[in-house]
Amino acid sequence: MSEKEESIFTNPFLRWIDDRFPLSSLIKDHATEYYASKNFNIWYIFGVLSMVVLVIMILTGFFLTMNYKPSAKDAFDSVEYIMRSVEWGWLIRYMHSTGASFFFIVVYLHMFRAMLYGSYKKPRELIWILGMLLYFCLMAEAFFGYLLPWGNMSYWAGQVIVNLFGYIPFIGDTLTEWIRGDYFISDITLNRFFAFHVILLPLAIIGLVAAHILALHHVGSNNPDGIEIKEYKDDSGKPIDGVAFHPFHTSKDLVWITVFLIVYFAAVFYAPEMGGLFLEVDNFEPADPLKTPEHIVPSWYFTPYYAILRAVPNAALGAVFLVLAVLLFVFLPWLDRCPVKSIRYRGWQYKLALYVFVISFLALGYLGMQPATGVYVLLARIFTVTYFGFFLLMPFYTRYEKTKPVPERVIYKK
Amino acid sequence: MSKLDRRKFLSVATSVTSVIGGIFAITPFILSFQPSKKAKALGAAIKVDLSNLEVGSIIKVIYRGTPYYVVHRSEDMIERLKSSENDLRDPDSDLSVQPNFAKNEFRSMKPKYLVVEGVCTHLGCAPIEKFSIAPADMGPDWNGGFYCPCHGSKFDLSGRVYSGVPAPSNLRVPPHRFENDSILVVGENSGEANV
Repeated sequence: MSEKEESIFTNPFLRWIDDRFPLSSLIKDHATEYYASKNFNIWYIFGVLSMVVLVIMILTGFFLTMNYKPSAKDAFDSVEYIMRSVEWGWLIRYMHSTGASFFFIVVYLHMFRAMLYGSYKKPRELIWILGMLLYFCLMAEAFFGYLLPWGNMSYWAGQVIVNLFGYIPFIGDTLTEWIRGDYFISDITLNRFFAFHVILLPLAIIGLVAAHILALHHVGSNNPDGIEIKEYKDDSGKPIDGVAFHPFHTSKDLVWITVFLIVYFAAVFYAPEMGGLFLEVDNFEPADPLKTPEHIVPSWYFTPYYAILRAVPNAALGAVFLVLAVLLFVFLPWLDRCPVKSIRYRGWQYKLALYVFVISFLALGYLGMQPATGVYVLLARIFTVTYFGFFLLMPFYTRYEKTKPVPERVIYKK
Repeated sequence: MSKLDRRKFLSVATSVTSVIGGIFAITPFILSFQPSKKAKALGAAIKVDLSNLEVGSIIKVIYRGTPYYVVHRSEDMIERLKSSENDLRDPDSDLSVQPNFAKNEFRSMKPKYLVVEGVCTHLGCAPIEKFSIAPADMGPDWNGGFYCPCHGSKFDLSGRVYSGVPAPSNLRVPPHRFENDSILVVGENSGEANV
């Protein structure tokens, strides 16, 4: 134990540990003496919930690998084997497949929270960037995982997405061959996607989660008023408007985790296919390179970007727009020129823009599931314009925003 | 050489060596991602027997995991190619991929046999053959051809893309040659008619 830090333990064994490992200071820095604002609202639970889903995914995924076979010949049958013959296999598999969708639900809400309260702004730009890297890894993880059941929709969605890389000039064809390791999506491709899905990306995600939290705990959490609670401290150096993460925020989180698990397991038990949204009908037959599904639709969490891809008349340009649509999030901290963080005190311009963005994102998500014909294409084009307008016009409309006065201390209603 | 210069020199030298060494070390791992020797061997050219292919019908064969369509076009189907010409994006196949011998309106070596990749040039779905004229699902203007169910791209009976659909170019014609009247080889050109 270093001289300046007191052990929080009386138990001699834990004190023995403390003399050899910074257990006390870790607990203090990240839990019992990490102060977060006392006026957190419901939007502040989704970070914790995404960690809960991550744990569920790693545990269920670990058990799935015990019976899953990553080969073109066996993959589809091994998933059926898990569903029918493995004791409780259906539960483990449905927890994993439903978990994927819930992961995106909580992550999208978590990102929306940051957009509501300006949590991406100085000094939290790096937290936001690490979060976006997590989002990209999560998308890759979901894409690789989606091929593994080797259903027909897995196969064709994989085909479409890998072919997007073919639009990169000069190296496109070589690159797609390199990604697939074959001239088509084959056994070789399935095997390597499995490796990415169970080794490389989970490790990257865990590392990034650690970095995301370390960066957060370094600068401190934002709050619904978008002000820095560190500016008002009491005599002992604690922020007056903050309460310790443990036990105060953790006990509140525990309640919401329970609520979340009720909703999640309701889906696992009663609607694991969610009407074709979580598990698609076409994926209940094995991959067949000669039989294209009626219309290829990626999983719902990718459909906004898919709608953008299809809305652009030129295929190569469509791929560029798709990449831009995902990447633009990274630049939010610099696109937003308004000094006020929270939407509570911002002008009508950002409020209106955020409404337009949310409607565009949801509408594109819906349109991405529809066939690309007639009025659907027209609507997708309109919402693609508004989607990009939100980001690209941001430096202009946020500069002239008429903001309300920001309070010195957080607003806290009992 | 002062102590500091020496230290700086050693740091730079070590860094440069590590970067070069790192590139060498990473190369085998990156190259291991390429198609293996086995995948390449399985990707060798295949022979297709056309003796049982009736006039006006299609067979689909798989080569390198990709569907290839061989259509035995009737006189009438060949005749119909002319009437659609004005609605095509690339009627002369300038923007499309095919061996030189197939850069014509038939997009083939012998007008009666069309050999195309059954892969939409938009995002790689398999187009469906719709050979009849004006069927209920294709509308009264349909002149026969291929239809991609994914994003609605349309192609004529030579695999040439119509304008106003997402696919940017005509269906690709693979390298192929005829060993004799009824044996087609897909994946290889004959010596004289190269791409």
